[in-house]
Amino acid sequence: MRSKWSATPPYSTCGIYIEVTQPILNISGVQFHWPGRTGFSLSVPEFSIEAGETVLLLGESGSGKSTLLSLICGTIRPDTGTIHISETEISALTRGARDRFRAEQIGVIFQQFNLLPFGTVLDNILLPLQFAPERRKRAGNIRAQAKDLCKNLGLPSAIVAVKSNALSVGQQQRVAVARALIGQPPLIIADEPTSALDADNQAAFLDLLFQQTLANNSSLLMVSHDPRLSERFDRVIRMDDIAHIDRATI
Amino acid sequence: MIFRLALASLAARALTVGMTILAIALSVALFLGVEKIRTGAKASFSDTISGTDLIVGARSGSVQLLLYSVFRIGNATNNVTWESYQDIAARPDVDWIVPISLGDSHRQFRVMGTTAAFFEHYKYRQGRSLEAAEGLVMDDLFDAVIGADVAATLSYNVGDPIVVAHGIASFTEHDDQPFRISGILEKTGTPVDRTVVVSLEAIEAIHVDWQSGRQASGQSTSVEAIRAMELTPNAITAALIGVESPLQTFALQRAINEYTQEPLLAILPGVALQDLWGIVGIAETALLAVSMMVIVTALIGMMATIFSSLSERRREMAILRAMGASPRLIVGLLVFEAVLMSAMGALLGLAFLYIGLIVAQPIIDSAFGLWLPIEAPTQREIWVILAVIGASAIVSLIPAIRAYKTSISDGMMVKT
Repeated sequence: MRSKWSATPPYSTCGIYIEVTQPILNISGVQFHWPGRTGFSLSVPEFSIEAGETVLLLGESGSGKSTLLSLICGTIRPDTGTIHISETEISALTRGARDRFRAEQIGVIFQQFNLLPFGTVLDNILLPLQFAPERRKRAGNIRAQAKDLCKNLGLPSAIVAVKSNALSVGQQQRVAVARALIGQPPLIIADEPTSALDADNQAAFLDLLFQQTLANNSSLLMVSHDPRLSERFDRVIRMDDIAHIDRATI
Repeated sequence: MIFRLALASLAARALTVGMTILAIALSVALFLGVEKIRTGAKASFSDTISGTDLIVGARSGSVQLLLYSVFRIGNATNNVTWESYQDIAARPDVDWIVPISLGDSHRQFRVMGTTAAFFEHYKYRQGRSLEAAEGLVMDDLFDAVIGADVAATLSYNVGDPIVVAHGIASFTEHDDQPFRISGILEKTGTPVDRTVVVSLEAIEAIHVDWQSGRQASGQSTSVEAIRAMELTPNAITAALIGVESPLQTFALQRAINEYTQEPLLAILPGVALQDLWGIVGIAETALLAVSMMVIVTALIGMMATIFSSLSERRREMAILRAMGASPRLIVGLLVFEAVLMSAMGALLGLAFLYIGLIVAQPIIDSAFGLWLPIEAPTQREIWVILAVIGASAIVSLIPAIRAYKTSISDGMMVKT
């Protein structure tokens, strides 16, 4: 099986090589409440993911998963506490810098409707590279990369020229994986990526996701409400174990 | 690539985007069309008379003199005596002078007595001369030359008899002196179209047996007797003057205005036309304001379209945000979309305008005598188009700022 200490290629952020032993994600003492929305607040005292680790985060809807993912991705910022990705404290970055950081370091896969329907598959796969020049450099020949990723994910390489809205849901999810993986971001975040797929497709999809994430030496944080997926992951965590939600009504 | 995706996103919403572009195109075409008609009307208006340096009449207002001498609107309050006319005509700085005698009418059309020099010197639309469409300009004492509208309205042909009434809208017709139509003029788009032109002598001739506005009882001079008479008029209504050199225009004008024997007024037609246009121009401003409101309406329509597209495009925005696009880029995309739509709309509107002009130009010319030139967009029109595009950018900021706020609060996690 997979070692947590597998050699991770050095990722350069601001010219600093990151030690493999560093956690890819560390959340410490984070508190957040939605501005204007009454009552909902989330606190995460401590949560880490090691480099190369695959983690399943289980939680029902309304358990604060989405808020947690938004915090990790940097679209929102915690009121208190710190969030580190690689060695960067993203909770201290400006919004623009967080957007850039997300583009460079994180691959995101949604539940469904991942793709811009009017763009081709290639457009969609290359989209994050538009906002991440370093990741683009890492990807090298981006068109060849995109085609390889498609091939590795069991898609015909000719699919890159097809318009995304012509694809089946299963194909769309695979394209979303290709998009998350291109340029080898160290952290992949998947938000219930299999919920729109039937059981057969789910298994095949997860096989491919794991295989490619491994090949990419990326860490994977997947959020789901489905405990049956647990066995594939290095670690399974319940939302309740790491986070506390307060819904105080005012 | 973002640019290409923005285009693809627009293309994916082709129907609503197309409708928005069409609305902008039509409003721009309307505005530019009104603008064209306005400038065309103004040009036509000032083209009513050209080549004439001064118009002389009895002392009144410059607009009034212009109205009755050129536009045949209203009446002269007084005449110019034949002696004064001859005095002016004899001046060395006068190159040519054409007397005009008004006051009679045929049906609803004015009759104008003048000399053959009128056809030589009266110019319209940058120096075009009057041309006979049929027949000849007058030759005989009782010959009449009629304008195109007169011929068309009354279905007159060359050789038809025509009876001239004394006074305007008068029922007492000079039926004892029948005129004959010797020629019909080509359409000019000027008041000449609505004029019956006879010789100055003819005007005198029809008044031989008339005194104080009514026919002297028991008198009827035969046509032969009239022909034998010396038909020098006592007075004329106005005169058109061409000067030897344009430099003399103002000196001559001053001399006529200071003429001691009789209170006279000399006006520069161009200046008087400007004065008159200043009065008429209020309507054009109103027209312009209305068509500007149409553009504003189209832009607000576009804003509504962008607004309503925001909810269906929340997912699109969320994907862009997740991939690392900043909220500012989202704003940029929406503004860019608006600018693109309005630019396409403006260009399409311009195309509509030219197609419309090509189709309508001959029709408008023959129906209204309004010549709308087909030429490259004027600087003013280009400014209008740029203003529309600029306004669209400003207007689109409202939905764009809304999208900015949603994309911050939604982040990348839109639950659809």
